[in-house]
Amino acid sequence: MSVAAALHRRPRLRLGLLLAPPMLWLGVAYLAALAALLVTAFWTANSFTGEVERTWSLENFRELFGIGVYKTVTLRTIGIAALVTVVDAAIAFPIALYMAKVASPRAQRLLVVAVLMPLWASYLVKAYAWRGMLAEGGLIDWIGKPFHASSPGFGVTATILTLAYLWLPYMILPVYAGLERLPTSLLEASSDLGAGPATTLRRVVVPMAMPAVVAGAIFTFSLSLGDYIAVTIVGGANQMLGTVVYANVGAAGNLPFAAAVAMVPVVIMLLFLAAVRRTGALESL
Amino acid sequence: MNSDLIFYSTVSDVRPSSVHAGAGPEATDTPAIELRGLHKSFGPVHAVDGVDLEIRDGEFFSMLGPSGSGKTTVLRIIAGFESPTAGRVRLAGHDVTDRPPFARDVNTVFQDYALFPHMSVAGNVEYGLRVRKVDRAERRRRVEEALGTVRLAGYGDRRPTQLSGGQRQRVSLARAIINRPKVLLLDEPLGALDLKLRREMQIELKQMQRELGITFVFVTHDQEEALTMSDRIAVFNDGRIEQVATPVELYETPATTFVAGFVGTSNMLEGEAARRILGEPGLFSVRPEKIRIDQPGTTVDAGRCAAEGVVEEIAYLGSTTHAIVALGTGVTLTVQQQNADHVDSALLQRGRAVQLSWPRAHLVRLVATGESHPGDDPTEVESS
Ligand SMILES: Nc1ncnc2c1ncn2[C@@H]1O[C@H](COP(=O)(O)OP(=O)(O)O)[C@@H](O)[C@H]1O
Ligand SMILES: [Mg+2]
Repeated sequence: MSVAAALHRRPRLRLGLLLAPPMLWLGVAYLAALAALLVTAFWTANSFTGEVERTWSLENFRELFGIGVYKTVTLRTIGIAALVTVVDAAIAFPIALYMAKVASPRAQRLLVVAVLMPLWASYLVKAYAWRGMLAEGGLIDWIGKPFHASSPGFGVTATILTLAYLWLPYMILPVYAGLERLPTSLLEASSDLGAGPATTLRRVVVPMAMPAVVAGAIFTFSLSLGDYIAVTIVGGANQMLGTVVYANVGAAGNLPFAAAVAMVPVVIMLLFLAAVRRTGALESL
Repeated sequence: MNSDLIFYSTVSDVRPSSVHAGAGPEATDTPAIELRGLHKSFGPVHAVDGVDLEIRDGEFFSMLGPSGSGKTTVLRIIAGFESPTAGRVRLAGHDVTDRPPFARDVNTVFQDYALFPHMSVAGNVEYGLRVRKVDRAERRRRVEEALGTVRLAGYGDRRPTQLSGGQRQRVSLARAIINRPKVLLLDEPLGALDLKLRREMQIELKQMQRELGITFVFVTHDQEEALTMSDRIAVFNDGRIEQVATPVELYETPATTFVAGFVGTSNMLEGEAARRILGEPGLFSVRPEKIRIDQPGTTVDAGRCAAEGVVEEIAYLGSTTHAIVALGTGVTLTVQQQNADHVDSALLQRGRAVQLSWPRAHLVRLVATGESHPGDDPTEVESS
């Protein structure tokens, strides 16, 4: 009896063998790393030698919640991630709506490529491009001049603008896919029943696109939560959770504390997903 | 087809004795819908190619035609989803050609129902009232009423996905009639239902139309459905209207070869055969059930035409029997006989020599259809 024949009669075994390598990879590289992070957060670093002491303690978390600056950084990070998400949703929705329901099939394909194109460029190049634009006497100052407006300069606003630019494709694509699936006959039915375009948008299009927006928000929110480069480049002196982690891994050499800080975005993300789940949006992802 | 007698076959049974009650009591003289010189092209395709039509207030009007003949496009132009390339649309005397759908007093029942999946049944039904800012109590009362009308009372809290096809169809109807439109447009609303449900819904729709007094414009490719339900029918072919008539007129006196072939079954006589059998040239049709079968040589009454031939094929269909009789030189006629006591069943045998006769009054002179569409094979037109 050949191995192939044996496998043929046992579909579950076949599936198991097929999925084992990727599952192993997922288990080791992903969950184990996360578990290691969680464990490390409960250890401490010796403040003289900088070596990790493997004794259980809540010291890192006491410090994290006890010192005001970390609370500020956490709130700032959540605020930035939330605003980036809102800005992206506000920009992506009309673009995705145009792509899905107005543009000709040809224009639609071109627009998808145009949306994807920035993803092909290096993250750093894009962040530094924004630094150049936001700088004093940069492009934004120059455009704003006739209107007596100036660049917001480096800071939280600049960070939000830059992150919103960086993550925009991750919002446009799911929303576009969601609106693409929205049957045109529903829009016609709404109009047929007496609703003008604004009412149709509010009562039919937006509610039906909501799961897709949530899908996009998961990307933009979590990517912003973990970011530490953009804020370094355009954020001025402001810190985000990512920069705190970076500083502790690098210069301070306090890996356990860095692990504790890194747990914060993970917990925030879990809370975010739990909240989203309650709206029922995850089922339609 | 080169033979000078053409046999067009569609659906075997038609019931010309349908309900055709005429317009309702509150009918007025202004047509509910008036279409003038309507054209619509999609690129090179002329979906609608010159349609003029008046639909009376309160009538049950059907648009009948094979798939692709432009019925849906005309309906969408009336609703306002498409704008015509040329021509005008008037509703109750007002030109609405340039108005968007939400500014027209018509409602549509979509073929795919188009129910909002994120709303309950009640939410769907009250949608029209909601966008018109009707207050809550009034909305609730009318939703109950509309759901009652379509026999779905108590289903308000369900989701559309929890309903069967027939029930969704009714919700879609309730959602449209709750707005009390002057005109209801229905695009093959029964197309997705099975035969039994379809029959039930046909009767219900007809009753509902009579009770509400709303003008119904009903699109179908099913000639039997159109005949049983309609006050009047427009037969579409290739973006044009072939004939507008009551079901009886349409069946008894089809105007063109296309109508004769699409509505019911017809025997066509033309050219040499017409001259020989009928004594005059032209293009004629006679329905199979108008033809009588007798022994050869039977005396024929004045006012009847007769021809002799041989029975070529017999099909027993329960209440009726169909016979195909060859008259020679390739001319064949289909004859339909009721299987009643007085019929001489001995004549309905393959190979029997028989005499066929039919009243001259039932011989209908036709206009040839579609010199411009020689590719059309009428035996292949879509039917249920
Ligand atoms: N949006 C459209 N784009 C291109 N061609 C269309 C469109 N809508 C309809 N047509 C064409 O117009 C013709 C008539 O279609 P339609 O009105 O749907 O016919 P029916 O409802 O009688 O089946 C068909 O040839 C169809 O392919
Ligand atoms: Mg159609």
